[in-house]
Amino acid sequence: MSLSKLNSLYREVILDHADHPHHKHALTNATTTMTVKNPTCGDVINLDIDLNEDDVITNIGFTGEGCTISQSSASMMSDAVLGKTKDEALKMAKTFSDMVMGKQHDQADLDELDDAAILSSIVSFPARIKCATLSWWALQRALLSNQQEESDGEA
Amino acid sequence: MKTDISDLRGDFPILDQLVNDEPLTYLDNAATAQKPNQVVAALTHFYQTDNANVHRGVHTLAERATAAYEDARHKVTHFINAAEPAEVIFTKGATDSLNLIASTYGEANIEAGDEIVISIMEHHSNLIPWQQLALRKHATLKYIELTPTGELDMADAETKITDKTKIVAVAHASNVMGTVNPIAALTKMAHQHGAIMVCDGAQAVPHMPVDVQALDVDFYAFSGHKMMAPTGIGVLYGKRDLLAAMPPYQFGGEMINFVHRYESTWNELPWKFEAGTQNIAGAVGLGAAIDYLENLGMSNVQAHEQQLVNSLLPQLTADRQIEVYGPHDPARHTGVIAFNIKGLHPHDVATALDMEGVAVRAGHHCAQPLMETLGLVATARASLYIYNTQDDVDRLIHALNETKEFFSHELIKAE
Repeated sequence: MSLSKLNSLYREVILDHADHPHHKHALTNATTTMTVKNPTCGDVINLDIDLNEDDVITNIGFTGEGCTISQSSASMMSDAVLGKTKDEALKMAKTFSDMVMGKQHDQADLDELDDAAILSSIVSFPARIKCATLSWWALQRALLSNQQEESDGEA
Repeated sequence: MKTDISDLRGDFPILDQLVNDEPLTYLDNAATAQKPNQVVAALTHFYQTDNANVHRGVHTLAERATAAYEDARHKVTHFINAAEPAEVIFTKGATDSLNLIASTYGEANIEAGDEIVISIMEHHSNLIPWQQLALRKHATLKYIELTPTGELDMADAETKITDKTKIVAVAHASNVMGTVNPIAALTKMAHQHGAIMVCDGAQAVPHMPVDVQALDVDFYAFSGHKMMAPTGIGVLYGKRDLLAAMPPYQFGGEMINFVHRYESTWNELPWKFEAGTQNIAGAVGLGAAIDYLENLGMSNVQAHEQQLVNSLLPQLTADRQIEVYGPHDPARHTGVIAFNIKGLHPHDVATALDMEGVAVRAGHHCAQPLMETLGLVATARASLYIYNTQDDVDRLIHALNETKEFFSHELIKAE
């Protein structure tokens, strides 16, 4: 069928994550919470993260509405960063951002992204890049706002 | 002699291309329309032979450019049946026109406790200017709600428009649901209560005959680019007595009469509202687009789109996997159709359709309060224009069926 071109974007892994998203639930008493919206389509991601005293992500959950790409990306992102330190997670967010923008990156960095690396195909669908990056953007803002609060506290 | 409306595609070379290896099916006309060769040629001719600044020079090119610019104003005047060219102000587009009214008439006439009445189906461009004016002036903003079929609730309008109402602002045609609002009846209601009537005609003027005097509206706004003119040119129609009493919108060149050290006097209408060098070529292009539409005849334009709606809408409403928002009766519907495939996000649908060469819009269509009222995050939207054909309708239906097949396991989950 002529929609075979879509297979490069909607890979089985992506559809699986969209159908059965991992970590799609809110956390009670999360260390950090962040809500981001994609103003062009109205999609929303609420991200809850628990960071322990060593800055390791010990728990993560998301809620919200969105398309197949944004939902599966949130699911894959949650899988990928769970158990990582804040700095590791921020580095992964940077790698993901570079990857979907078509920039060069180390294969080792890509491997770190786990399933999420499959979204590199989004490069061919520029109108959908924001769908893929929404949850990673939420992650970045959540982790950096936490840092902001800490530095405010120290000052 | 009128051109045959069924065979216009030769005038639009942009339509003759493959997108993702499929013939382009352009169904995003409510966002912007394609431009025929005649409009592009008018722009080229202007820049290659007549270009100069207007109303300022005594040299021949300046005279020609001024004549071309003012000739376009005459065409607009005739096209919407304004009483005189002084009532036709060139703007950047409908958004600019509506902001102009809010910033001048609104600023001068709205006081604390006054009421502004709009409808819940407004595009942000006919919503935020009034919302912000109401906030600045401590006035009250009220919304006319919808009937269950997605039409304007005129009984609700009767209760919302009161003697406290100073401005009523409603779209002539919805950019989401394809409804046409009873503007003449609303205008009568507004006038009975001493309010003025503002109409956003961005989705009406390109598609149907519009007579501003018959509607008796006080202000009427529309954009050129949705009627095949270039982007960046639009129109504000206003009744002369209202325009004459209004303060200027912006200050600078062209809009002045005499400027002294500590005071100035304003140019006469319509130039009082056209500060700075205007989009002269854009106005010329708008004139060419009006020529093109008048050659077809606006009744024929409307009938052509109606014929396509009569084919497309029932196919969508009959499909139990598709939800259509707005009236389901084709006779009460413009060529703007918002829908979703149940269980699929419209962005996924729009990407799939794009792979089939079909261009539709997906999102909130700059009408977030309407989306909230309908309980939706976003919809897909197909919108028709004169160069669309039955082939385009068939391709959309085919592409939707392919999309449903591709995402079939998602759809089963949704049921």
